[in-house]
Amino acid sequence: MSDMHKLHNTKPGKVFDFINIIFLGIAAIITLLPFVYVVAGSFATESELARRAFFVFPETFTLEAYRYIFTSEAFIRSIIVTIGVTAVGTLVQLFFTFTLAYPLAKRQLRGRKLLINMVVFAMLFSGGMIPTFLVVQALGLVDSYWALMLPNAINPFNLIIIKNFFQNFSVELEESAKIDGATEIGIFWRIVLPLSKPILATFALFYAVGIWNDFMSPLLYLNDSSKWTLQLLLRQVTISSDPNALGSLDPDYIPPAEGMKLAIIVIATLPIMTIYPFLQKHFAKGLLIGSVKG
Amino acid sequence: MKAITLRKPEKNADKKSLAEIVKIMWVRDKWLYCLLIPGVLYFLIFRYAPMYGVIIAFKNYVPFLGIQASPWVGLDHFTSFFSSPDFLRLLGNTLWLSFLGIAVAFPAPIFLAILLNEIRFSVYKKLVQTCIYVPHFLSWTIVIGLTHVLFSINGGAVVDLVETIFGVRINFLAEPQWFRPMIILQGIWKGTGWGTIIFLAALANVSPEQYEAAIVDGAGRFRRIWHITLPAIRPTVVIMLILTMGSVLNTGFDQIFLMTNSLNRSVADVFDTYVYNVGITRGSYSYSTAVGLFKSLVGIILILTTDFIAKKVDKESGLF
Repeated sequence: MSDMHKLHNTKPGKVFDFINIIFLGIAAIITLLPFVYVVAGSFATESELARRAFFVFPETFTLEAYRYIFTSEAFIRSIIVTIGVTAVGTLVQLFFTFTLAYPLAKRQLRGRKLLINMVVFAMLFSGGMIPTFLVVQALGLVDSYWALMLPNAINPFNLIIIKNFFQNFSVELEESAKIDGATEIGIFWRIVLPLSKPILATFALFYAVGIWNDFMSPLLYLNDSSKWTLQLLLRQVTISSDPNALGSLDPDYIPPAEGMKLAIIVIATLPIMTIYPFLQKHFAKGLLIGSVKG
Repeated sequence: MKAITLRKPEKNADKKSLAEIVKIMWVRDKWLYCLLIPGVLYFLIFRYAPMYGVIIAFKNYVPFLGIQASPWVGLDHFTSFFSSPDFLRLLGNTLWLSFLGIAVAFPAPIFLAILLNEIRFSVYKKLVQTCIYVPHFLSWTIVIGLTHVLFSINGGAVVDLVETIFGVRINFLAEPQWFRPMIILQGIWKGTGWGTIIFLAALANVSPEQYEAAIVDGAGRFRRIWHITLPAIRPTVVIMLILTMGSVLNTGFDQIFLMTNSLNRSVADVFDTYVYNVGITRGSYSYSTAVGLFKSLVGIILILTTDFIAKKVDKESGLF
């Protein structure tokens, strides 16, 4: 009888396991295959890209596409702009979110409830694209990089999560600092923030990835193409297939039209891939914090 | 709201005299109020000023007159939107995409999470997870850039492959009947792996003893999935489904906008992209604000309704 059970359990079980392992392997490969092709293709010649449909290793290895995009002034400028906006924007957004979350975590604060309701209402209802655009325009921020950082400076969901985190913060530490004569700002800056490094890191990653990937704000607020971020340039090169998007100094030079698309995708993906181990860890945590109410 | 009102404010706080309250505010808490300033200004300027700006939906906004001086037109923009053929087309396109997404893309992470849960070799499981989470972090620009490279009619790898197998050359990016399948496909590729996390988290709470007991009782693999795994994730599935239903109008601007071209516009336009095209590109600020306002009001009703239902189903869930 027990042998029967074993047979009944393990043999179909093994077949299942085998198929399951194969299936998940295929799913993982399908997910990564486009990247493999794009990376391989970005090092291939134009003639090979035209001739071969799909490949994992290029026959002739060339850096032509990278050489071309890295001599393009438009490309270099967009990279510098995007890195700058991401760095400054992350700090700005962290500053706005954390400075508001901290006082809102203090239960004794008068008007706290009103302010929290103000935040919650903003989660439910927004003025929408056009009225927000008109506000940004009225502030004179069109074609300014501040338009990529300020309108999204605080994500209300993140704010509530951080506020809940501060509510569980050790009160004793703050009290003892107060006795030593520190102001709340001093306590916040010198005691609370250093002890909140993990949550600061998590939200720094949230915001940095958000700004790096942001397409809508630059689309709305940057009319001047010399100010474009990488995402807008990427669209012009790969989706609009504009061969002159990156410009060329030499009129006789024919840019690698296909290769440059692949190379720019590789470059735009690179920073995300570099910090991917951190992203995987922190984002999963953030997702689960967000789904569990504090 | 539950998340916020953790503790009721002290009763005697209301009994203090005005002078005492002011004293508390300006002596005890003044630095806390200083910290509040940037965040509150942010909400007033970038969240509440646009809410005030919504009144241009009921006016004929003329930029050089400003919001105040522009003439009122009542519900004219709404009636002209509802009576235009655009309205039903946008609604149809939006609902098509949302319900295709719920039918096809929604079950995918559940299915994948169940399969991942069956892997006992944890290094392999981690490896697969690491691979399938990647697309979540990429922008839609990159996803659609990749789509254009792979599905381009001029030598796209997938187009060539389809031609070799089926003998037809399909222009996936231009033919309107391929627009919806492409959107769903991109959504599955980008979101399925990441979507498994919430279900895997629910499955992490199932004690291994349950599975062991089932094995002892002679339950096969499918019976164990049916009687242990599925019941364990059912509440999560129900909640996720309800919440997804609540956001059927949110089709995501970036993806649709970047996939739209002159050939597929008739099936591609959704509320958000329409607001952009009519408002920003053509400058009809008032009309497009009315369209946006209609969408967000219906959105709020849907969210509050589904949140209410979610709470009925499971007291712990729901958004507020």
